[in-house]
Amino acid sequence: MAVATKAKSQATKQPAKLKPKKISGAEIIYRSLEREGVKYVFGHPGAILLTLLDLFLERSKIKHLLIRHEQCAAHMAEGYARASGEVGVCLTTSGPGATNLITGITDAYMDSIPIVCLTGQVATTMVGNDAFQEADIVGMTRTVTKHSYLVKSTDDLAETIQEAFYIARTGRPGPVLVDLPKDVLLGDGHYQIPEKVDLRGYKPTTKGHPRQIQRVAEAIKEAKQPLLYVGGGAIHSEAHKEILKLAETAEIPVTYTLLGAGAFPSAHELSLGMLGMHGTAYANYATMECDLLIAVGARFDDRVTGKVSEFATRAKIIHIDIDPTAIGKNKAADIPVVGDARLVLAEVNKLVKPQKRALWKKRIQNLRTEYPLSFDSPEGAPIKPQEAIVALSEEVGDKAIITTEVGQHQMWAAQFYNFTFPRQFISSGGLGTMGFGFPAAIGVALARPDKLAIDIAGDGSFQMVMQEIATAVQYGIPVKVFLLNNATLGMVRQWQDLFMDRRFSEVDFDSSPDYVKLAEAFGASGRRIVDKEELRPAIQEMITTPGPYILDVIVDPDELVFPMVPAGGATKDMIVRDSRKKVLRGKLSALPDN
Amino acid sequence: MRQVYSILVNNHAGVLSHVAGLFTRRGYNIESIAAGPTEDATITRIVIVAIGEENELDQIAKQLRKLYDVREVEQISYNQAVTRELVLATIEAPINKRSEVIQLANAFGAQVINMTDDTVTLEASGNDHKVRTLLKAFEGYGISQMARTGMISLPYDGMPEDWEPIA
Repeated sequence: MAVATKAKSQATKQPAKLKPKKISGAEIIYRSLEREGVKYVFGHPGAILLTLLDLFLERSKIKHLLIRHEQCAAHMAEGYARASGEVGVCLTTSGPGATNLITGITDAYMDSIPIVCLTGQVATTMVGNDAFQEADIVGMTRTVTKHSYLVKSTDDLAETIQEAFYIARTGRPGPVLVDLPKDVLLGDGHYQIPEKVDLRGYKPTTKGHPRQIQRVAEAIKEAKQPLLYVGGGAIHSEAHKEILKLAETAEIPVTYTLLGAGAFPSAHELSLGMLGMHGTAYANYATMECDLLIAVGARFDDRVTGKVSEFATRAKIIHIDIDPTAIGKNKAADIPVVGDARLVLAEVNKLVKPQKRALWKKRIQNLRTEYPLSFDSPEGAPIKPQEAIVALSEEVGDKAIITTEVGQHQMWAAQFYNFTFPRQFISSGGLGTMGFGFPAAIGVALARPDKLAIDIAGDGSFQMVMQEIATAVQYGIPVKVFLLNNATLGMVRQWQDLFMDRRFSEVDFDSSPDYVKLAEAFGASGRRIVDKEELRPAIQEMITTPGPYILDVIVDPDELVFPMVPAGGATKDMIVRDSRKKVLRGKLSALPDN
Repeated sequence: MRQVYSILVNNHAGVLSHVAGLFTRRGYNIESIAAGPTEDATITRIVIVAIGEENELDQIAKQLRKLYDVREVEQISYNQAVTRELVLATIEAPINKRSEVIQLANAFGAQVINMTDDTVTLEASGNDHKVRTLLKAFEGYGISQMARTGMISLPYDGMPEDWEPIA
């Protein structure tokens, strides 16, 4: 991840005195993208973009992918950014092309993902006149971007795009939008950029204050039961090595958020897995018992803390974050440290001496044995979604990068997949966007051709974005959909099960597509399985079949995600395991015949 | 608690709505807002008075600093800055009350800018306390119309280094 300290090396060569020749706005944009090292642009055309699109015909440095719905362009750019740490780019036309991006932009904003969205706009002379396909996208995206620009002159294009990339990738990363009026694209101007981006009001702090770092080291030394709580910021700053070193040196157990999964190996003896609403019971109990909580690039989100006044009440709080507004927003910090997680922890590690915490480790071990993650899989019962994920994890393991949609399957994936490296788990955390995982997986496949891009999907989410199979087929992108198909909106159904007296309103799909035929209709491949015995052979078939593939796994719709801290409840109110009387209804008949 | 923020922003289109939008988005309350040019034509000063809990007021400043077009945010304490507000108010003043009203206006150093058979319109300026006191004083007569600019503020120049504000 490029943080402010990794300044761009490609300083521009400005000709000494000669004023460069004017070139077209489209040409300036193409050169600017080239300069930023952009390899892929996820886009959908429109009349305003004609001159820019024309450049993609003969040039090969930047590949434009024709996606099928703009929301997915933003998610693909996000997937690309999340997997590579580089800035993802999308390009859409004005009006609906731009407004369709908003969900993806908001998703990127909530999860701090660096993307740059270029949108066409009607000519500056028409702006404000309710012209055809005009929308005030700058105004609309103001609260969901780090910044949004309306470029008013062709001469400003190069500098604006340079700034946009700089803002997107530095500090707490996030989306930036650049709105490109038609006359700015068509007009001629100078490609002019400063040697170095210098924005007066924007100077992210990356190095932690030495006094605070000293205090962190002292607190770690004094603590008896410390706990590391690692969030998405640890991934963005690539702090995983420093976290591993700190955890092992000072014997500090580690728990991570949904977005922090992958920052610490799931199977490490100090790993407690995910915490929060659907975190492991032992991670949640550890937060109640710890006397020092070290938050690294995490923001005390309500899905993590539950009732925040009862979260980690015995602990002194250290909060390391690059964004000063994240600190003290939800939970007061005893030792706040503003800075880049990797740089701060590297300094902390210089001060921390090896320490043994046999008692605390033993306590954690006891919690782990007493409250393990578990599920039942009786003989002859439908496939349990959890066992499907365990099988996938065992069959593909670190060969895959996993994306997810949003819902039950997402929580099970976070709980049961064995993550071994950062950026291996890519999921929509803050916004919780159904339909994120499939387009994101397409971006992942392009960013990491050395890995398998697998979307662990729910059928509800997948139906929102399945038109993108066409994109995957058109470009031969070998993205795999591991579809946990329960023919219902499982998470909402779970809440109805637990809190609405099992009154299942508006969640069941009485009609679902035949996903195998669907794959085939698009020119992809697929298979449906209903028996446990088929799981592993089918997974092998999925990963060895070239091209996009949908594995339709028919799973038990009555399975619930546990543990669960009810929304707004305290960690101590956690429901650890499923104690319901099992009532299996004739749900499976609603699925297509095999 | 009330807090005065003096915010220097780039003089770009849409910046005021961006700043105000932040308050809406985060659920903070604005008591008053005043914006105008500064000595530097590229910079605008926005003065906002907001009400909130202490930690919320700090959070507002941090959030403001994150905005691209915001260059500087100062949380101004009452003792370290001069603050002024301009008020125009039309007071109910029939003939028998007129001289009383004018006398009261004089006591506050307010100017009479218009007079009719039953009203007197006044212009007054002052700090927060003076404006409140003044309005309270005229309340009994009846204020039929009022416009306030919202507070503007400038930090005192040349405060001695060892100067400590009176809490």
